[in-house]
Amino acid sequence: MASRYIANTPAEQDQMLRVIGAASVEELLVKIPPKARLSRPLALPPALAETDLIRHLKTLADANADADRYACFLGAGSYDHYVPSPINHLVLRGEFFTAYTPYQPEASQGTLRTIYEYQTMIAELTGMDVANASIYDGASSVAEAVLMAHAATERTEVVVSHGVNPLYRRVTATYCEGPRMRLRDAGAPGGTTDLAAATRLCGPKTAALVVQSPNFYGCLEDIASAAEIAHAAGAVLIVVADPVNLGVLEAPGKLGADLVVGEGQGLGVPMSFGGPNLGVFAAKRELVRRMPGRLVGATVDRDGRRGFVLTLQTREQHIRRAKATSNICTNVALCALMATIYLATLGRHGLVKVGELSAAKAHYAARRLTALSGVSLRFQAPFFKEFTLKLPKPPDRVVARLAKERILAGVPLKAFDRALADCLLVAVTEKRTKEEIDAFAQALERAVV
Amino acid sequence: MSAASYDKLIFELSSPGRVAYSLPESDVPTSDARSLLPEAYLRAEAPRLPEVSEFDVVRHYSRLSQLNYGVDTHFYPLGSCTMKYNPKINEDMARVAGFARLHPLAPEALSQGALRLMHELAAMLAEIAGMDAVSLQPAAGAQGELAGVLMIRAYHAARGEKRTKVLVPDSAHGTNPASTALAGYEVVEVKSQPNGEVDLDELARHLDTDVAAFMITVPNTLGMFEPRIVEITELCHAKGVQVYMDGANLNAILGITRPGDLGFDVCHFNLHKTFTTPHGGGGPGAGPVGVKAHLEPFLPVPVVTKDGDRYALDWKRPQSIGKLQAFWGNFGMHVRAYTYIRTMGADGLRSVADNAILNANYIMKRLEKAYDVAVPGPCMHECVVSARRQKKLGVTATDIAKRLLDLGFYAPSTYFPLIVEEALMIEPTETEAKETLDAFCDAMIQIARETETSPQVVQDAPVTTPVRRLDQTRAAREPDLRWSPAAK
Ligand SMILES: Cc1ncc(COP(=O)(O)O)c(C=O)c1O
Repeated sequence: MASRYIANTPAEQDQMLRVIGAASVEELLVKIPPKARLSRPLALPPALAETDLIRHLKTLADANADADRYACFLGAGSYDHYVPSPINHLVLRGEFFTAYTPYQPEASQGTLRTIYEYQTMIAELTGMDVANASIYDGASSVAEAVLMAHAATERTEVVVSHGVNPLYRRVTATYCEGPRMRLRDAGAPGGTTDLAAATRLCGPKTAALVVQSPNFYGCLEDIASAAEIAHAAGAVLIVVADPVNLGVLEAPGKLGADLVVGEGQGLGVPMSFGGPNLGVFAAKRELVRRMPGRLVGATVDRDGRRGFVLTLQTREQHIRRAKATSNICTNVALCALMATIYLATLGRHGLVKVGELSAAKAHYAARRLTALSGVSLRFQAPFFKEFTLKLPKPPDRVVARLAKERILAGVPLKAFDRALADCLLVAVTEKRTKEEIDAFAQALERAVV
Repeated sequence: MSAASYDKLIFELSSPGRVAYSLPESDVPTSDARSLLPEAYLRAEAPRLPEVSEFDVVRHYSRLSQLNYGVDTHFYPLGSCTMKYNPKINEDMARVAGFARLHPLAPEALSQGALRLMHELAAMLAEIAGMDAVSLQPAAGAQGELAGVLMIRAYHAARGEKRTKVLVPDSAHGTNPASTALAGYEVVEVKSQPNGEVDLDELARHLDTDVAAFMITVPNTLGMFEPRIVEITELCHAKGVQVYMDGANLNAILGITRPGDLGFDVCHFNLHKTFTTPHGGGGPGAGPVGVKAHLEPFLPVPVVTKDGDRYALDWKRPQSIGKLQAFWGNFGMHVRAYTYIRTMGADGLRSVADNAILNANYIMKRLEKAYDVAVPGPCMHECVVSARRQKKLGVTATDIAKRLLDLGFYAPSTYFPLIVEEALMIEPTETEAKETLDAFCDAMIQIARETETSPQVVQDAPVTTPVRRLDQTRAAREPDLRWSPAAK
C-alpha cells in the first residue's frame, strides 16, 4: 500500500530507475553481501491508520497521571510551571522546528537570532558574561561544567555538595569515568552544604566546587561563602541554578560563581516525563573558549548589515574532533527557543511574579502541612519553592493514598538517600491554587493519622 | 517591509509597561514573598528582560521564523542529517496531556502508559537493528556514542582487560572521535581507501590487544555500503575488539540488513534522523543505544522492564555505566518515533529505505557529468560529489552551497567527510518527490554552468537571503555573544 510519507508513485520510480540505468532498487544494493541481508520482513506490530493510532496512543496516555488531571506537587528537577499559549504555536512554525543547526547562516537567521536572544537572557538571569545555545539537560550541563573546570585548571578532583540533585551527581560520575576524575562528596546533613567539610576537601587538586541553590532538598545555599572556599583553593565555583527562580533570587554570578548551569525546563518547556529538557550553561568571559556547545555571535554581512553566525567553532567536535571541548552536536535548540519566548512573554516583571507566587504558595503549603501532627520540616534552612517534609507514615504509602484523590503529593526521598526514608520532597509552583493546597493538607491529615 | 528585511531583536521592541503574560493574583495569605526570604538571597535588581505585549511576541517570532529555511518550506539535502518530512501527527501525539504533562517522578503505577510506550519502542528498535537490548536514555547521537563506548570499556574491565585505544576511520563524523576521547580512550585514526572503504590490511595492522573497539558508520559517510563489513566485524572479534556502529545512516538499511546481523556489538540510533523527530533548529533529538546480550549488564540505569503486564524502572543493575540524563531520556521524542514506526510498519519502513536509495542514486546519476562523483555508484541513501573541478575555476563547495540558497534550496553538507576534497554531501531522503529532485539537480547543473561562464554570480551568492555572506572572522575575533543597549 502507498505510504503518505513517500511521494513517488511506482510509475515515477520506474522513470527514475530508467535514468539510473537499473532495473530495480534491488540492483542498487549490489554492495550488500547476500549473507548479510535480512531474509524476512522486520517483525514489527502492524501499521495503523491515523485514527486507530490516535486511539491507541490516547489509551497509553490515559494510563498516566498527568498534571492536567492531578494536582502536581512533584519537583526534583522538573516543575509544573505556567506555559504561555503563544510558545506552542510559535515553535510549531515549520521554519523553526523543521530546520537544523544553522550551518548556512544566510538561510538560518531566524534560529540564529533566537539563540542570540536566548544567550542574552540567560547571561542576564545568571549574572554571567556568556551563555551557550544549550546542553541536553540540567544533569549533563553539570557534568560538562565539571569537565570544563578540569580542562581549565588541569586538576583532577571535584568537590560536589551532597545538596546537588543526586541524579545530576550520578550523571556527573558517568562523565567523569573517562578522564578518571575523582568526585568528592561534601555532606549536607543540615539541609545545606557543610561548608567546613567543603573547605577541608577543597585543595590543590580541586578543579571545581559544585553547589546547587536552591538545592535538591529545596534549601537555599550560601553561594558567596562557597565562592570564597572554591577560590581560596584556586578552584572554579560551579553553581547549579533553576533560571525560573532568578527573577527573585540573586544571580549566582553576582555572588561569585564562575559557571552557572542547571535545568531550564521551567522556562516554558513541557515536563514530558523528563525530557527533552533544557541544559543551561553560562560562564565568565575568561572561560568562553573552553565552553562546550554552540555559540552564536553577532557580525556583519558583505553589505555591512547586522547578521548572526555560529562562532568560536574551533572548540567543537566537527573541527577539533578528539580534542574538542565536548562531544555535543545536536543539542536542545527548540527547547531554548521555548525558553526565549517564555522569557520574552514573562518579561522583566512577569518572571519576578512567577518567583514571588511560587515562594508564597510554597511557604503557605509548608505552614498548612506542618500544622498536622507528626508532620514537620526536615531542615531549618530557608527554602524557596520546594521543601523536605518529614512524615510519620511511609512516604511511598502516603503518596499512593493521595494519588487516589488526584494529588501527586511529592517525591519520596528513600530512593535517593536512605537516611531520608521518612521524607517527602514537595514542590509548589505558581500554578497551584490555595484550594489545591488546602485539599492536599486535608488529604495528608487523613493519610497520616 | 518584506519578510526578509526584518532586523529586530526582542530587546529592541521593549517598551516599559507592556506585558505579555497573564498570572493570577495571589490567593494565599502571605502575598509579599520577599518577606519570607532572607534579604541576602534576593535579587538586588529585576532582570533586564524585555517588556512587550503578547502580540509583539507573536509577530516578532513569526517574522524571525520567516528568515529560516526549514524542511516544511524548502528542500533541505543536508547530508548525514536525514532531513525528511516530520509528520504532523507525531507533534499532536507528543502534546497529548498524558504524555506532555506527565512528571518523570510520578509514581510508577501511574506512569504505566509512558513506560509501556518506552518498552515497546525499545523492543521495536532492537528488532530493527538486530540487537538484544536498547536503552532510550541518550539525548542525541553523540550521547549514545558515549554510552556505547563506556559500555565497551566496562565490558573489557569486567573481563580484566585493559585496552586503551579505539580505532576510528578518517571518514568518521567528528562526534565519533570526540565521544571516544571523552570515554577515556586514545583515538587512533585509520586511513580509508580512496573510495572511502575500510582498508582491511591497514585495519589488521592496527588491531592489537590494546584496541578496545572499532567504531564505524554503515553505510559510510560517503553513502556507500561497506562490502566487506562482515569480514571486518569478524576480524575485530578475532582480536577481542568490540565493534560499534554509528547508526546515523540507518535510514538506508531499514528492513534490508541489520547491524546486529552484520556482527556489530553496539549501535546507536538517531531518532531525529531515521525516525522523523524534528531537528528543531539544532535539537532536541534522541540517541538510543542498542547492544548485544554480552553488553546488556552495562546499560545505563534505569532500564524499563516488563513483568506480566506491569512496567517498571529497574535500578538494581550493579554493572551499569550509570546515568546520562537526569531522567529517562527524551521521552517527547520517543512518543514521536513510536508514532512514526507504528504508522509505517515493517513494509513501510522497508519502502523508506528503498526510496531513500532510489532518490540518492537518481541525484547521483543526474549530477555525474557536471560534478566529480566522490565514489562511483550505486550509492545508498546519500551521495557525495566533489567540487574540485569547480575549484580550479575559483568556485568552492561553499560558493555552490550559497548559490543554492539563492535558487531556493537549503545546502548539502559541505566539507564532510574530510577525506573528499570540496565535498558536497547530498541526502534527499525518501520523502522528496521526483520533481523536487529534478529542480534541485537542474539548479546544481546551472551552477556548474555558471562556474564556467559567470563564476562571479556563484562567488557573490547569496543575494536573495535576509543577509549576504557574513564576516566569520570578525565574529570569532571580537565575540559579541549577547545584546546590550550600548551596542545599538
Ligand atoms: C554520521 C554521524 N554521526 C554522529 C552524529 C552525531 O549525532 P547527534 O548530532 O545526534 O549527536 C551525526 C549527526 O550529527 C552524524 O551525521
